[in-house]
Amino acid sequence: MNWVAWKMLNGDRAKYMGAVFGVAFGTLLIAQQTSIFVGLMRRTANQILDVLQAEIWVMDPKVENADEIKPLAETDLYRVRGVEGVDWAVRLYKGQARVRVAGGNFRQVILMGLDDDSLVGAPILMKQGTISDLRITDGIIIDRAGYEYLWPGEEPRLGKIVDMNDRRAVVVGICESAAPFQTFPVLFTRYSRALEYVPPERNRLSFVLAQPKPGYSTQQVCDAIEEKTDLLALSRGQFMWRTVGYFMRTTGIPINFGITVALGFVVGTAIAGQTFYLFILENLRQFGALKAMGLSNGRLVVMVLIQAMVVGLVGFGIGMGMTATFFEATKNITNLRGMHVPWWVALGTAGAITVIIFFASLLSIRRVIVLEPAVVFRG
Amino acid sequence: MIASAAVAVSCRQVVKDFGDGDSRLRVLHGIDLDVLEGEMTLLVGPSGCGKTTLISIIADLLDPTAGEIDLFGTRQSRLPRTKRIQFRARHIGFVFQQYNLLPALTAHENVAVPLLINGWRRSQALEKAHLLINEVGLESRARNFPSQLSGGQQQRVAIARALVHGPKLLVCDEPTAALDATTGQVVMELIRRVAVQPGRAVIVVTHDSRVFSFGDRIARMDDGRIVDVQEVEPALAAPHEPRS
Repeated sequence: MNWVAWKMLNGDRAKYMGAVFGVAFGTLLIAQQTSIFVGLMRRTANQILDVLQAEIWVMDPKVENADEIKPLAETDLYRVRGVEGVDWAVRLYKGQARVRVAGGNFRQVILMGLDDDSLVGAPILMKQGTISDLRITDGIIIDRAGYEYLWPGEEPRLGKIVDMNDRRAVVVGICESAAPFQTFPVLFTRYSRALEYVPPERNRLSFVLAQPKPGYSTQQVCDAIEEKTDLLALSRGQFMWRTVGYFMRTTGIPINFGITVALGFVVGTAIAGQTFYLFILENLRQFGALKAMGLSNGRLVVMVLIQAMVVGLVGFGIGMGMTATFFEATKNITNLRGMHVPWWVALGTAGAITVIIFFASLLSIRRVIVLEPAVVFRG
Repeated sequence: MIASAAVAVSCRQVVKDFGDGDSRLRVLHGIDLDVLEGEMTLLVGPSGCGKTTLISIIADLLDPTAGEIDLFGTRQSRLPRTKRIQFRARHIGFVFQQYNLLPALTAHENVAVPLLINGWRRSQALEKAHLLINEVGLESRARNFPSQLSGGQQQRVAIARALVHGPKLLVCDEPTAALDATTGQVVMELIRRVAVQPGRAVIVVTHDSRVFSFGDRIARMDDGRIVDVQEVEPALAAPHEPRS
């Protein structure tokens, strides 16, 4: 009878496609909006995630995210180095500077000042130049998207000169960098040079990056640093979640995206549910005939569930296809770079669609169960 | 009461009420009726007299308020619900006034449905359905959908569907009501020819007096009661299809 269920569904193409596209658009709204939300939230922590060479971030205990930093004293670096279990610890400057290009245009940039000796925190993927070129006098590395912002329409090339805090800087490398939350270019330079590119402050050490010795766990060393220095020491993942959590709590982004995702859920349920229910209603007489002919309620429910499952699977497939096509089509747009559908968003969307299909078929199943088979004898 | 042939369906003091309290309506008032194997029994009477309610109860689609129904010696009320559904699937065939064919299935797929309900494999069910489609003279229309068939053709498909699993009881509800007179005659001839067999009872509900001649026995109902059961006089027999 499963075959009959499939034929019944497929026989009414208009309703079948209506229900399928209800699910498909529900899927598209849920998956696409959730993915963009996840991508945006990830951007708040991308500069943390891009630093792969160090496991531990040490900061002032009041720091809540990677963009609002209370600088540490230089002595804090040495205190961290003195903690048992710390293999090495280096400076990192992270702040904002104003870049002026030839012609007088200027832009705000994210400035990353890397430890002069080790260059820990340097970008992983270089498009032009090398990381060691940072040792060239006035050398900076800029991310590809930032280059496009500063010099729109120009082919990326090295040797471009900019001005920060009346100091000259030369582009010696172009890298790929994960997009920041604000669409600012990301510039990398040496720590000592970075301090010259920003106005003076008493303390300017943003973070201490540290690595645990072999045999020590990250958490163990974080705990030891906190105990010995009264500073906040977090693993890369912990700092990422602290930053993401801050933006989740203090901005309207989750609410706005949450509303859209909820709308996707409601619209998907409404369209799929209504169309599917109409489909069942119009076939009620046929279901009654099948019931009269001896088909049990259990098997009728299985038939309805199979129909609902087919609608759900096909709709989910089309919806995810549309979502994937969107991200594939926009992957080269600078503003949307790095956005994609994480596997767990796809899985979560599948869960949401299952719930939609459950609700959509619930009313229909009830109608079929309470249906009197004697209805077939009414003219 | 008839005792000469085996009794297929026995109704004793069957009562059916609809509604509760003040709105209670008694539709059947203590029906006694025997339907014999190998015969076609016509259940006739004016609209609203309770014919459809009675065949719904006989076919176990409705429960009686009181009274007992025996189908081929089995008292339905004593069977558990699942067994009753199985009994219906195996031993009862239905022909409906509105055909009730599944619009998404072809004629020959529609005929296979009762076999699928009884757990047959699809290929075997379709093979058997083909034989029945041939028997009702629709082999050239086997792959047509119901919407591509005339009313008479659809009713012939419905008859094939009702008989494909070899039921012991065939219940036909106004099978000619939606058809013109000529097609109605053809359909009744077909039911007479392919359905009436030893070991099978056929009940046809109708108020179309032009088809009375196809029956072996006529049970007249009025106001929820059987008022008369008569054998059809051989002189009234349809001239175009002699009864056995």
